[in-house]
Amino acid sequence: MSLGIDLTQIESGFSDPVFGSQSVFRAVMDAVARPGTIADLGFAPEPPEGLGRAAGAVALTLFDFETPVWLDPSVDQARAQAWLRFHCGCPITADPQQAAFAVICAPESAPALGAFNIGDAKYPDRSTTLIIEVVALTGGAAITLRGPGIKGETGVSPVGLPADFWHQFAENGAQFQFGVDVLLVAGDRLMALPRSTRVQIEGV
Amino acid sequence: MISTSTPRSNETERYYNYAYLDEQTKRMIRRAILKALAIPGYQVPFGSREMPVPYGWGTGGIQLTAAIIGPDDVYKCIDQGADDTTNAVSIRQFFAKVADVATTEDTAEATIIQTRHRIPEQTLKAGQVLVFQVPQPEPLRGLEARETETRAMHAYEEYGLQYVSLYENVSAYGRIAATAGYPVMVEERYLMSPSPIPKFDNPKMDDNEAILLFGAGREKRIYAVPPHTQVRSLDFEDYPFEVQTWEESCALCGADDAYLDEVVLDDVGTKMFVCSDSHHCGQRRAEGHVGPMAGHQLAQGEAEAAL
Amino acid sequence: MAYVSVKGGEKAITNAHSWLAEARRGDPRVPEIDVAQIREQMSLAVDRVMAEGSCYDPDLAALAIKQARGDLPEAIFLVRAYRTTLPRFGASEPVETEEMAVLRRISAAFKDIPGGQILGPTFDYTHRLLDFALAAEGASLPAAAALSETPQPYPMPTIGSVFAHEDLLERDERPEAEDAPFDLTREPMAFPAGRDQRLQALARGDEGFLLSLAYSSQRGWGSTHPLCGEIRFGDVTVEFVPEELGFPIEIGELSVTECQMLSGFSGSAERAPQYTRGYGLTFGHCERKAMSMAIVDRALRHREVGEQADAPVQDEEFVLYHSDNVEASGFVQHLKLPHYVDFQADLQLIRRLRREHFERNNPIKVAAE
Repeated sequence: MSLGIDLTQIESGFSDPVFGSQSVFRAVMDAVARPGTIADLGFAPEPPEGLGRAAGAVALTLFDFETPVWLDPSVDQARAQAWLRFHCGCPITADPQQAAFAVICAPESAPALGAFNIGDAKYPDRSTTLIIEVVALTGGAAITLRGPGIKGETGVSPVGLPADFWHQFAENGAQFQFGVDVLLVAGDRLMALPRSTRVQIEGV
Repeated sequence: MISTSTPRSNETERYYNYAYLDEQTKRMIRRAILKALAIPGYQVPFGSREMPVPYGWGTGGIQLTAAIIGPDDVYKCIDQGADDTTNAVSIRQFFAKVADVATTEDTAEATIIQTRHRIPEQTLKAGQVLVFQVPQPEPLRGLEARETETRAMHAYEEYGLQYVSLYENVSAYGRIAATAGYPVMVEERYLMSPSPIPKFDNPKMDDNEAILLFGAGREKRIYAVPPHTQVRSLDFEDYPFEVQTWEESCALCGADDAYLDEVVLDDVGTKMFVCSDSHHCGQRRAEGHVGPMAGHQLAQGEAEAAL
Repeated sequence: MAYVSVKGGEKAITNAHSWLAEARRGDPRVPEIDVAQIREQMSLAVDRVMAEGSCYDPDLAALAIKQARGDLPEAIFLVRAYRTTLPRFGASEPVETEEMAVLRRISAAFKDIPGGQILGPTFDYTHRLLDFALAAEGASLPAAAALSETPQPYPMPTIGSVFAHEDLLERDERPEAEDAPFDLTREPMAFPAGRDQRLQALARGDEGFLLSLAYSSQRGWGSTHPLCGEIRFGDVTVEFVPEELGFPIEIGELSVTECQMLSGFSGSAERAPQYTRGYGLTFGHCERKAMSMAIVDRALRHREVGEQADAPVQDEEFVLYHSDNVEASGFVQHLKLPHYVDFQADLQLIRRLRREHFERNNPIKVAAE
C-alpha cells in the first residue's frame, strides 16, 4: 500500500533513533515507576502541529506496526497520520477498544477513559495507554496520589483536564487489575498515572 | 535492523545493533516493561527472542538490560552475589562489547545491576534498576504445571492452593520449609516469584527505592516491582516469615548481618563462611573490618580478579 | 581449590574458548573440513539445522555445524541466535506444494496414485551394512542414477486432490487471506493454540522429541491409527508481495519435505465418517521429522474430532511447551551454573530439620554430642 507521502512535508524524528528512543524510554520508565513525578524530555524533536514534543517523543519511542493507535480527531489527521506512519509505521484505528495507544489532544471532547481497552482478566496488560496533552503539568488544583512508586503520598496539579477526569481515573483504579494507563504530557514534559495509582479527591 | 552509530572494532559485533537487540524488539520489550510497572507483580507475556547465550543462562535479564541500557549507564552484573562468577563475567563482557557501556563492581556506582539469585547487601537507591534473571516466573508452577490454570488463578486471585501448600509444609516440618524463591504478595494483589533469591533477600524488595525488573526469557515473561511498593512474604500468624541467620560471621570481613556462602576447605568438615556479596565484603575489608580468617587466599584471589 | 575455579573470571573464560577452538580443529595433520564440504556431504545434518533453526540458508547451517563441532542442537542454537537479529519484512505467500518440483514422492495408501510413486534418494531400502569403500581415500564418483523417461506431471497431484471427488478426506481449509499467521518468533505461546501456532512450534520442534511422541501415539498412548497418505520432497518457489508493488514476486526456492498422514474418523451425529489429516512440513529433507510432526499434529486435533484425550501426545501445553530443543537444552544445562546461594539456604534448612529429627528420636545422644 502506498501512502503517497510527500517526504518533504514530514517533520523529522529523532536525529539518532537508537539513542533518542533509549533516553526517552528511560525517562518514561522512571515516570511510570514514580507516578506524579515530572520528566523533562527537552531533547525531543518537533512533531507536526497539534502534537506536543513529549507526545511525539513517546510516539517515536513506543509506537510501531504492532501497536494500533487512536488519534484524536481534533488533530490535523493528514499531517499527524503521515508523520506517525512514516516514523513509526503504526496502524491508525478509529476504535478506542482496538487501540494499544491513544493520543488525546483535546481532553474535553475525547472519549472517557472507560471507552478504551481496559485489558482482560488474564491479560490486563492488553489495555490502552493514553497519552493526554494538557495545558501544564503544574499550577492547577492539587490532587493527592498514593500507590506503588509513591513514598507515602504525593501531590500533583495538572491544568487542562476535564472536570470529571479524576473521578474517571479513580473509577479506573477501582477496577484494578483492569484499567488504562495514562501519560500526561505538556510541551517537553511528561507525568505518568498508571492504573495502580490511587487518587484522593478533595471533598469525596 | 543492522544499524549502529558507533563502529565497533570487533568484526562479529559490527553486524548487530547497539545493545544487540534490533529497535523493534527493544520497543516491544519496553512496552512490556511499562505495563509490568503499571500492574506490579503481574507477569506480562512478551515475544522473547533467542539470545546469543542459552535459555536458562540469563536471556530474560539480558533482554531487559538490552532494552533499557544506554551509553550513560554504568553496568554491574552479579551471579550468586559475586561479580567474578563466570556467567556474570561473561554477561558483563557482552554488554561492555555491544553497548559500549562502563562497567563496575561497585553497587553504589551502578545504574543498572543485573543479578542472578541475590539482591546486593547495600541498600539500593533511586536511579538504580535491579534486573533479575528469572528461570521460572510462575510462583504456582510447582503446584500446578499448566499455564492455562495458573493464569486463571492470578486472574481471579485464587491463591488458596499456595497457602494450603505452605500449611502442609508447616505440618510436615514444623515451619515453612521454603528457603529460596519464597513467594511474595505484591500490593496484596499478585502472587509473585522473587526468582530464586534466598528468602534472606525478600525483605529488601518491600518499599525499596530502586526499580525491580524481572525477566524470564525462556518462559517469555516480564514483571516488575516499582519503588515504594508493598511486597509481603507469605506467612501465617503463628508461623511468621523469618530470614536465614548464621551463627558464624564472614571469615574475611567479619560481617554478621550478610548472606554467607559456606566454603568447604577439606573433606573432614573444615569450612569457612564468607559473604556471598563479593563487593560488599571487599568494601568492608577496605574499610578495615577484619574477619577471623582475614588474609585467606580466597580474599587474595578476589583482589586479583578485581585488578 | 574448587571454589576459586568457580570464581574463575575472565582469564578462565578466554582460555576455555581457545581450548574449544583447538578441540574443534582436531589433529592439525588432518585437513580442515570446509563449509562447502559440510553443505554438500552432510546435507541431512544441514537440513535438520535449517528446519529446527527455522532459517533456510544451507551455507549458514553448514557453518554452524562446523562451529558446533557437529553438535546439531548447538548448531541449531547458533542459527536461531543469528536469525533473531534479522529484520522481518513480512509473511510470504502460501507455498504451493502441489507445484513442487518433486524429487521423491510416495504414498503408502495406494499401490499407485496419479503422478506415480517416485522413490528418490532414500535410505529406505538400503541394507544397513557399513560401506567400507567410503572409508577409502580417492573413491571414484558414484555412478549417476538413471533418469526416468516419463515426464513428471505438473502440478503433481496431492493426496487431497486424489480424494477430492469423493469427499472421503477432509478438505484443505485455507485461512482467510487477511488473517496474518501467528508468529511464534515474535509472540509468546498462547493456549488454546491455533493450528498455525501449533504447526510452527512443531516445525521448529526437536526431531527426537517429536519422534518419541509420535512413537508413543503409535503404541497406543493417544493413538490416531495413522496411515502415510503421502510424503513428498522437492523444491518449491516462494513468493512475496512487496507493499510498494502490490503483486507477488518470486524471491527464491526452498527444498521442503511434506507429509500427509491419514487417520480414520468414524463420524459423529453431525459429520459423516471421513479420513482426517495430520500435517508435517520441514525445510530440507527431514522425513522422520515430517512424519512425526504429522502424527503429533493429528493427535493434538483430538478436540476437533471429539476424541478422548489422556495421553501425553494429546496434551497441547505439554507438547508445545517442551518441543523446542533450544529452550530445553538451555534450561537443562543451566544447572551447570553455580547455585551455591540457594544450596546454602537449603543446606541450612536440611541441617536444622535433621537436628530436630534426631532430637525428637534420640534426645540423649544429641545431648551427649
